[in-house]
Amino acid sequence: MALYRDQAVVLHTWKLGEADRILALLTAGHGQIRAVAKGVRKTRSKFGGRLEPTCHVDVQLHKGRSDLQIVTQAESLDTFATLRSDPDRFAEASAMLEVVERLAPEGEGDRRRYDMLVGALRTLDRRPSPLLVPAFFLKVLAHEGLAPSLDACVRCQATEPLVAVDIGEGGVLCDGCRRGRPVSESALAVMRAVLGGHLATALEVEDARVCGEVDAVATDAVEYHLERRVRSRRVMEQA
Amino acid sequence: MYADAVQQVIDELGRLPGIGPRSAQRLAFHLLETDPTDVERLTAAIVEMRSRVRFCTRCSNISEDDLCTICADTRREGSVLCVVEEPRDVVAVERTAEFRGRYHVLGGSISPIDGVGPDQLRIRELLARLEPEAVAEVILATNPNIEGEATAMYLARLLEPLGVEVTKIASGLPVGGDLEYADELTLGRALEGRRRLGGD
Repeated sequence: MALYRDQAVVLHTWKLGEADRILALLTAGHGQIRAVAKGVRKTRSKFGGRLEPTCHVDVQLHKGRSDLQIVTQAESLDTFATLRSDPDRFAEASAMLEVVERLAPEGEGDRRRYDMLVGALRTLDRRPSPLLVPAFFLKVLAHEGLAPSLDACVRCQATEPLVAVDIGEGGVLCDGCRRGRPVSESALAVMRAVLGGHLATALEVEDARVCGEVDAVATDAVEYHLERRVRSRRVMEQA
Repeated sequence: MYADAVQQVIDELGRLPGIGPRSAQRLAFHLLETDPTDVERLTAAIVEMRSRVRFCTRCSNISEDDLCTICADTRREGSVLCVVEEPRDVVAVERTAEFRGRYHVLGGSISPIDGVGPDQLRIRELLARLEPEAVAEVILATNPNIEGEATAMYLARLLEPLGVEVTKIASGLPVGGDLEYADELTLGRALEGRRRLGGD
């Protein structure tokens, strides 16, 4: 399979040499791969703006003997115009790409993970919601089997009152066992909706306090499991 | 394998961008065969560059004095600022000979995944220049890639409320290119920015 085609989302790019770039791609059929796009930084490159982070493309790749594959052709599937024109949405998209880049193993296809990322980018492009990124974090963790447990106290199995979340402990805690981050009943309800297949309803929530709580828990969870901080989540906050 | 001194030069050259072990070896041997005065001139030039060149205190372009030649040139229009990512971009815009204003070098572009946000760029320094220099127009000339555009949009949002005219360099098809190879985004931009031929 020297030459093959696949669909992919560009996760991250690094400059290489004079005019090339190395791309981290999440492909539909081959998991995460690293590939070189030759000449992509030249103004007359045949790839144009198709191989930038967030781009969803149909690519032809050449797999040689080296670890790095070569992109030989690329066609756009989605261009996500609003992600390019809104720096805040670009930062949110970057957070999702950053987490997927860390989580997705190389060379191991996972259609579900790929579809989740493409779906989340499309939603962010068309109908953004303050809960989109945290919901994506929770869904991705759940897909890896790492979602926090939210139905009963992870220490004593009590089902109420559930008042805190400690990611290190594995999930929610009751009043008696409380430690970690305090969390409200509404925020727990939103997280259960996200993980229980009611994503669309959960994304309708706009209450800033609830969104803030869910965001904090989801970011904690993803950073705990990745064992590093999600940089994209913080850079726009400083300004 | 080689004498220590040769190996040391090979190692040092090999740390330069785009120089692999083979090229480093070739360059080292070339230097061995070159006239010693030529080698001295080269090393002196490198040392001199590193000791003399710094960043312009006003626009952050590379400079030999406190102010770069462009900032120090009183014939340049002070009311128009062209914002670019890197000093190399200043050279690119200067080559067009179309621009008579001054520059501001940001030192990169917003790239959240690499941990680069507005605070890591020289944006505060840009804002501080607007009033004392009576800037009327800011031309955003960041790279037309996603990071460059996010930076341009961020700056536009920041600058417009301050009563400064904010413009962005046009993007579209490169001169001498083929329409059929243009991606949808570039061609879309080119259509959006079309202009009347003749007249005006």
